Amino acid sequence: MIEVRELRVSYGGRVVADVPELDVGAGECVAIVGESGSGKSTTLLALLGLLPDAEVSGRVTVCGVDVLTAPPRRLRELRGARAALVIQSPQAALAPSTRLGVLMRRALRLHGREATDAAMAEAMRAVLLDPELLRRYPHEISGGQAQRFAIALAIALGAEVVLADEPTSALDVTVQAEVVAVLRGLLTERGLALLLVSHDLALVSTIADRVLVMKDGAVVESGPAATVLATPAHPYTRELLEALP
Amino acid sequence: MTEAPLRRGLPRIPDRFAALGAAIVVLLVLAAILAPWLAPYDVDPRPLESLLPPSGAHWFGTDNAGRDVLSQILYGARTSLFIAVAVLAVSATAGVTLGMIAGYAGGWARDVIMRITDVFLAFPALLLSLALAVVLPPSVNTVVLAIAVTWWPWYARLAASTAASIATRGYVDAARCLGVPAPLIVLRHVLPNSLTPVLVQMSLDAGGVILTSAALSYLGLGAQEPTAEWGLMVQQGQTYFTTSWWMVTFPGLAILVTAFAFNVLGEGLRNALDPRRVVK
Amino acid sequence: MARHLARRLGQALLVVAGVVVLTFTVMRLVPGDPAVAFAGPKATPEQLAEVRERFGLDDPLPAQLVAYVRDLLTGDWGTSLRTRQPVLDDLYLAFPASLELVGAALVLAIVVGVPVGVLAARHNRRLPDLGVRFTSMLAVSVPVFWLALTLQLIFASELGWFPIAGEYDSSLDTTSPLTLWTNITVVDALITGNWPILTSTLQHLVLPALVVAAYPTGVIAQMTRAALIEEAGQDHARMERALGFGETAVLTRFALRPSLVPVLSIVALVFAYSIVNGFLVEAVFNWPGLGRYAAESIKARDTPAIAGVTLLVALVYTLANLVVDLLQGVVDPRVRAR
Repeated sequence: MIEVRELRVSYGGRVVADVPELDVGAGECVAIVGESGSGKSTTLLALLGLLPDAEVSGRVTVCGVDVLTAPPRRLRELRGARAALVIQSPQAALAPSTRLGVLMRRALRLHGREATDAAMAEAMRAVLLDPELLRRYPHEISGGQAQRFAIALAIALGAEVVLADEPTSALDVTVQAEVVAVLRGLLTERGLALLLVSHDLALVSTIADRVLVMKDGAVVESGPAATVLATPAHPYTRELLEALP
Repeated sequence: MTEAPLRRGLPRIPDRFAALGAAIVVLLVLAAILAPWLAPYDVDPRPLESLLPPSGAHWFGTDNAGRDVLSQILYGARTSLFIAVAVLAVSATAGVTLGMIAGYAGGWARDVIMRITDVFLAFPALLLSLALAVVLPPSVNTVVLAIAVTWWPWYARLAASTAASIATRGYVDAARCLGVPAPLIVLRHVLPNSLTPVLVQMSLDAGGVILTSAALSYLGLGAQEPTAEWGLMVQQGQTYFTTSWWMVTFPGLAILVTAFAFNVLGEGLRNALDPRRVVK
Repeated sequence: MARHLARRLGQALLVVAGVVVLTFTVMRLVPGDPAVAFAGPKATPEQLAEVRERFGLDDPLPAQLVAYVRDLLTGDWGTSLRTRQPVLDDLYLAFPASLELVGAALVLAIVVGVPVGVLAARHNRRLPDLGVRFTSMLAVSVPVFWLALTLQLIFASELGWFPIAGEYDSSLDTTSPLTLWTNITVVDALITGNWPILTSTLQHLVLPALVVAAYPTGVIAQMTRAALIEEAGQDHARMERALGFGETAVLTRFALRPSLVPVLSIVALVFAYSIVNGFLVEAVFNWPGLGRYAAESIKARDTPAIAGVTLLVALVYTLANLVVDLLQGVVDPRVRAR
């Protein structure tokens, strides 16, 4: 579902992300780990063509759309409807004066889906949220609810690919578990492709099939999650693992 | 290339407004200083033929009293810039002093000063200036006083908020613990660090001061004959407007260009120096 | 919400009290004897003494202030030296015309300023944006009295597209007299279905409203643009783009509403500013509002009338600030929660 070759993102000649190869298939979860500033979020945004001022080269295919060359209209059809983004700070990611239900309805209509109350309620229940929350404003719900609502949007729109940027870092431990459960459900029940960006190795070890470790914009190690996390080859990966509690 | 959401259609153009404003302001200052040498005609003593339309000899024509309009405008730059500088100096000094006291001292001193500030801010600037200019004899000094009275609260408010935030910083605490007297702390540490936003605000305000002073003079409450003042020139010219448009058009354009130059310069300075938006 | 309302009301009352004291002080600054000003230069000493007695001019200043406040509260805003009418009655006739002018100008400013601000934000740092910013800067820098004279010369005197001055064709007072309800001519004409006066007023309104609208339009366009660009840089805008919304949709459907909060608060400031700016415009277009009243009072050095105008505008200003503060809660749910 995601295929990346020789992706290179730079700002004014300074390379901030360099990813030679990254593939995510249906029902598969790949995690990019690294500290903040390592280029992992940049990579994620590049997959949707959401880097306004950067120079981007290479080849990026998401759901069969060549992101770097596609016309804007094709890109807008891809975004949301087929490849959904779940971003870090959950509440700030929702427009403050738009009720959740209004946002969902607008997104559904935008992509020509039927925006029935029943369909919307079903998407909410799929992420273990009360459909009543659709009547609320973003500041009236919790961080975990906002994060799950972002996933509900992806489900409602029928996304095939979910790109999650630090989906749990802003949440406390019990809420993290709920979000992880929902994400795992996406993989096993709906067969989505999940690309996860996180610095939380504990989360990564429970859900990811494969792992890419990034440092200063470059991929320093990659492979099956079990191998990389059990027998890290690169000193930086070992450092990250030691930092775990 | 990524098709980025903001990267479509027309090319981006670098913004040269601030440079344009700065250039105009420099020219104005030069015009004001060099007016006696630049002005093609003496403004006062030798009446020329009156109401001559613009021509090679009189670029902007002559007015009803037989004065060269271009020369009047050049001398008028002196009046306008003097008023702007005087108003900003008086109101910034008064406002910053009170604001420093309010912001650094806090407590009741702050409450009293800020409530007084609120009262002054409840008058639209031009209104209080109008009321004051009415009761005082019309002159350039009246204009300065009348505008300064309405302008200082903005500086007081600005200085108070900056001073309050600086007063909580480590080096100020350290100085206080060492027993440095409060006035000295304010002078040495708080004031120098508060000046940037004040200077930015002053450059933003210059345009407004010039517009207000021109309005007061237009109403006959400000500069009087024989002082050359743009607002006064418009007032004198309006009777002749239908036949001698140049008497109104050129001084008005002078006000417009000056206010515009200060406004864009101020905005540019603010964007460059002071990321906080000071909305007036 | 109730506590917020109470605190804001308290603040506003404090400001109003200060405004009254300040107006009183400014009035006392008038050089010369107020008794002479009222009774005229030829008054006999007995007449002067009687005037002093009547207005309490021999009392100590604090007592005068108390008397002044008491008079204000009982609806006695003094007597105009020029019209010899109670100031409040004069204001009651003049203020609605000003409201009509400024109201029309503000509607125009919002209707033009907001979309233009959206256009500029949509094409941030591109040609349309530079054009909008240049024009709006000119609009806030133009001396209104000069713009008024210039538009009057071009579009009324030379081209004859609009009437030169006044509020409506005064011959209509005999052919289709207007029944007064609110004293706002447009509204009264609309209520009573007086179409000739309505049409005539609207024609007379165009030029002065355009002039008064220049400043607010520029300010609103700049504020809308700045607020939208800031909103469009927030995390939620990235989310909306990731959902497939185009840039225009992000701006108009998600960013615009929170952006209207700062725009709205600027409208209050601009409203009061425009009333005073309108003074200069009314003088040029002979619009029968507060401005013309103030200008004539200024010429006559009519202190009670000027004090009345000052007080009224400051009150309106304070009220406008209060209303906008409360309205913000309606537009932005976050403010309501605070």
